[in-house]
Amino acid sequence: MTGVAAPPAEETAPTLPGPGRRPLRHTLTGAVTWGGLWVFVGGLLLAVATVLLTSLTTQFTDGWLPRGYTTRWYAQSWATFDLGHLLATTVGVGVAVVAVTLAVALPTAYVLARLTFPGRRLLLLLILVPQVVPVMTYAVPLATLVYRLRLNDTLAGIVLVNLVPAIPFAVLVLVPFVEQIDPRIEQAARVCGATNRRVFVHVLGPLLVPGLLAAGVLTLVRVVGQFELTFLVSGPDSQTLVVALYGAAVQAGELASQEINAMAVVYMLTTLVLLLAALRLVDPTAVAARDRRSRR
Amino acid sequence: MRAAGPAGATSDLDHPEAYRLTWRDRARQRGLTPTLWLVAPGVVFMIVFFVYPLCYGVGLSLQGTGGWFSAYRDFFANRLVNDHGSRESILITLELALAASIVNVALAVPVAYRMRGTVRAKRTIMAVVLVPMTLGTVFVASAMKEFLGPSGWLNRALLHTGVVDQPLQLVGNFTGVLLSLVFTGLPFAFLLMVGYTSGIDPSLVQAAAVCGARPAQRFWLVTFPLLLPGMTITFCLSFVLAFGVFPSATLVGNDAGPTRVLSKIAYTEYSYGRYPTASAAAVVMAVVQLAVLGLVLWGRGLLHRGPTTGGKG
Repeated sequence: MTGVAAPPAEETAPTLPGPGRRPLRHTLTGAVTWGGLWVFVGGLLLAVATVLLTSLTTQFTDGWLPRGYTTRWYAQSWATFDLGHLLATTVGVGVAVVAVTLAVALPTAYVLARLTFPGRRLLLLLILVPQVVPVMTYAVPLATLVYRLRLNDTLAGIVLVNLVPAIPFAVLVLVPFVEQIDPRIEQAARVCGATNRRVFVHVLGPLLVPGLLAAGVLTLVRVVGQFELTFLVSGPDSQTLVVALYGAAVQAGELASQEINAMAVVYMLTTLVLLLAALRLVDPTAVAARDRRSRR
Repeated sequence: MRAAGPAGATSDLDHPEAYRLTWRDRARQRGLTPTLWLVAPGVVFMIVFFVYPLCYGVGLSLQGTGGWFSAYRDFFANRLVNDHGSRESILITLELALAASIVNVALAVPVAYRMRGTVRAKRTIMAVVLVPMTLGTVFVASAMKEFLGPSGWLNRALLHTGVVDQPLQLVGNFTGVLLSLVFTGLPFAFLLMVGYTSGIDPSLVQAAAVCGARPAQRFWLVTFPLLLPGMTITFCLSFVLAFGVFPSATLVGNDAGPTRVLSKIAYTEYSYGRYPTASAAAVVMAVVQLAVLGLVLWGRGLLHRGPTTGGKG
């Protein structure tokens, strides 16, 4: 060491990044990192608080907070946008998409995880390409197709278009879960005389419940938030919450902003319930790590 | 062996033709087992509702009113409905998406790096960071519009503390859309990067520390090169997310002016029933996006691709 009068704190105590809880060190980069994180979280909370407060405002003032509070905008918003119908549509579409997606994605994921066969790379390509092509690129012709099938403005049409990104996504989530199951368990079941169907229903099914839950919840979150595809296909009778929220926010001048924000709060609560469910069932870091391992 | 088929009774064993493989057996040897039928529903669905529309879209974009490439000519000559410059929108969309994904990766890496071990309140931080991802672009955009607006809290606080004299113009321009995209995209980038940073063996960093590397050196000479491949993937996926989005550009930005993005142009054409030009805009979008991804992934091929775990202990 050269003759530095006051070496930085981290050099005087050369702690190694060992396992377990690391000691808190006060470094410039650390301060910047955590500061940035807090700016992000703070901005987010303030933005959400803005929406929440606006939806409860009786009258706007020039001050920081509104002059009075009321919940009547929720009733009005419920009536104007027919929120009950919107919620029912959103939930219905979500459940239908998740059910079909899991039924189709599980067998595909099983084959991808277990078998090597000619054309496997092609199948992988078919599953990866929808993740990297812009949604609009296939949404426009797909919406035209749905229109020609006379499925536009119907629940079936919305479910159909939402399945297109959902199925490959669910396959990608499920493959690592299938890979984790020891193939010898299946072989043992087959030796004992189980048929294909029984292997799936009695052996793989129960073992795959965590994977199915993870894929199902993640698909549901994506469907509820899916905007572009649903927007192109839905009509006035078959909107989901996001699409209606966008429609209201675009024509903001014609509606009271409290009404729009009341709908936004309803949407937010719906997604937060889903997020809580997701966090109970899925460890997000584990999904990211597994996802990466499978991609190598 | 069942391979000989039902005719392969014991008496036929002397005849060589009994061993001849049927097409079925040959297929089985190459890995084409009946189990493969399980992929049929998925493959058929994806071909009918993804591959076919994709090809149909490309075909549609070639059926413009004035000959083969007229839809593309209209697009590049700014001759679309409500056109405010479709050619320039390519650059605008690119700038927005590139800026958003660079900011996302740059912010996600340091935080994820610090979250690699066991950190206090890790689960809470993860949950809070995940919120905007679940809220989606539409909600975040409409919330940002009020929060960043001229009478929103941010401007109010800045005016009050005397940082600025005039309210900052954050809505209706590039900055607002960028902020909105960062808020929606950062959680995703962060989540991916946590996966990558926790995949790096801590003993590599320890070894560097034993050899006398200071924290900054440990990061830049050991961790950073190992993180680069993961960073490129995160960059690509952030780019995909930011490139196709239009709610933020319409709600926070100004889609008739400085933030007219390609997807909005495609949508406007579609809503006027001009399918060839809508498809042309969508195809241009795909080409630009895939070109960027191809470039980044080509660059990734030049990076270190070794293991992120140490050798012997």
